[in-house]
Amino acid sequence: MKRRLLLLLLPVCFLALALFFYQGLSLDPSQRDSALMAREFPTFEASTLRDENRRVDQTLLEGEVTLVNVWGEWCPACKQEMPQLLELADNGIRMVGVNYRDTREKGMQFLSEFGDPFEVNIFDPEGELGFDLGVYGAPETFLVDADGVIRYHHKGYVSPQDVRERILPEVEKWR
Amino acid sequence: MALMRTMAALLLLVIAFGAAAGGIELREFDDPVMEKRYHDLTASMRCPLCENQAINDSDAPISADMRERVYQLLQEGQSDIEIINHMVQRFGEYILYNPRLESRTYLLWGLPIALVLLGAMVVVLMIRARRNASAKALSAEERQRIDALTNRKRSS
Repeated sequence: MKRRLLLLLLPVCFLALALFFYQGLSLDPSQRDSALMAREFPTFEASTLRDENRRVDQTLLEGEVTLVNVWGEWCPACKQEMPQLLELADNGIRMVGVNYRDTREKGMQFLSEFGDPFEVNIFDPEGELGFDLGVYGAPETFLVDADGVIRYHHKGYVSPQDVRERILPEVEKWR
Repeated sequence: MALMRTMAALLLLVIAFGAAAGGIELREFDDPVMEKRYHDLTASMRCPLCENQAINDSDAPISADMRERVYQLLQEGQSDIEIINHMVQRFGEYILYNPRLESRTYLLWGLPIALVLLGAMVVVLMIRARRNASAKALSAEERQRIDALTNRKRSS
């Protein structure tokens, strides 16, 4: 009897492991939380895209729930998500852009061509702020609460469905 | 033959250029220890974008940025642990090929050890059981039966 039980242990272990690994197959390694979740927005000091004499820092993001969108003229998905970002701005959400690894000229041209939902754009030509934000490919969008803490992170293209089902509810939650 | 040789030379040339265009920068180090640390560090971090390449093996822009940052921090005199923390703070535990020992990874690190211990226990139990079985004395009847089966004659 004891032997039987011991023998039964083998297939049970096998099944448990098989299930565990099978689940692992359906995981998407590109869908992972930002390391900055629930942490304060990194400190920075930069000029703005439109005005090289205006200096901004992390206090820019305090006082109101803000969506920070990291974009660049060279990034095709950034162009595609612009209508969604304009819609978010129309909903009264404060938008701040990070012009990532771009030039002023191309960045401004992008905004006049595809629309400008941003209250202000942080100019980040060397990608330093991007690095501190753990950005590894634009577009990326961060939700920052009124205390300057990162509350939500969206990697990649923001679809109209993402706006309705993820971003708007998250904004409501942290307002 | 001459054609073959020319083709081989051309092929080598193409490969050499391909490697040069691979985008892994040459860096100057004053100190061979620091150079070794640089190579070890960039080999132990996974590119966040390409998912299964170390940052020293990847052409992704973010990998180049990370290599540059590792180099800078080394020049500033930071320790390996400080550099690793610097990267993990920004890109998450995901980038470490060797996850750190913490409550979330106890199972990962502990399971192999637990399995080895379990295996050792099973072996010990089996050896004991076998020893007990062989030590068990045979009854007179069993001994007779064995003798009959093996055609053995006992002198005693």
